[in-house]
Amino acid sequence: MMQVMSSRSAKVTLPTPTQILITREFAAPKHLVYKAWTTPELVSRWWCGQRGRMTVTEIDLRVGGKWRYVMIVRDKFEVGFHGEYREIVPNQRIVSTEVYEQAGAHDPDANPVVNTIKFAEHAGVTTLTLLTDCPSQEVRDIIINSGMEGGMQEAMDLLEQVAISLR
Amino acid sequence: MPRAPTTTDAFNAVAEPRRRQILDILVRRERSVNDLVRVLRLAQPQVSKHLRVLREVGLVKVREDGRQRLYRVDGRPLKPIHTWVKHYERAWNERFDALDEVLDELKREDDSNDASHE
Repeated sequence: MMQVMSSRSAKVTLPTPTQILITREFAAPKHLVYKAWTTPELVSRWWCGQRGRMTVTEIDLRVGGKWRYVMIVRDKFEVGFHGEYREIVPNQRIVSTEVYEQAGAHDPDANPVVNTIKFAEHAGVTTLTLLTDCPSQEVRDIIINSGMEGGMQEAMDLLEQVAISLR
Repeated sequence: MPRAPTTTDAFNAVAEPRRRQILDILVRRERSVNDLVRVLRLAQPQVSKHLRVLREVGLVKVREDGRQRLYRVDGRPLKPIHTWVKHYERAWNERFDALDEVLDELKREDDSNDASHE
């Protein structure tokens, strides 16, 4: 049998100057997507992608509860995020704040990014939407740039591999 | 943190909701200023001001047609924005591909639980 790649792609749009909207379909019922999104042992397995490994995955899933994720990227540096849950509708909707942990950042919790995650199911396929509301366009752009840096890094890694193979 | 330098102009131009609205209208077909004034229900000087910004960054082109000037979209300056967002998209795709694997496993567990209850 031919191997069919199940990989679906995420769509990223910028609805307003301070927002990022990510949409992605999953071939699974929404209670499972929700479970994978909110269970620490499961989050640890996907949140890093191929970039590293999780060292902290804390989820206190209740309104006012805190979350914190820390990953080690390529065994080189740690990246940490934390926030607080503002709204929880099981299997449907999560609203939470997100703060990027930077050394020496001035009162980083003052103006957090707010993420609204929605899970909608149709015929066994779950559409996940993640809307990121940023306090300013500058913050929004920094977040997008972080993806860019990651992408650039991947590109450099690929280039490195190709270079090595040519030796 | 600076943005990618090549994108600054088009970024600023599309940061304004009215200008994005104008692009949405012009992307369907070319229009005169008066058309835009009517569709947008804005004063003509405002529409002209937005068109000027869009023309400065090359997102809108104009041609003479008899007594009127017709405006149309040129999407090429948006390419850097597209590229910029694509990198971010790729980072998320990698993460979601890993999530797919977790979900496949959860589905198998769910199915076997259902089977054992039958």
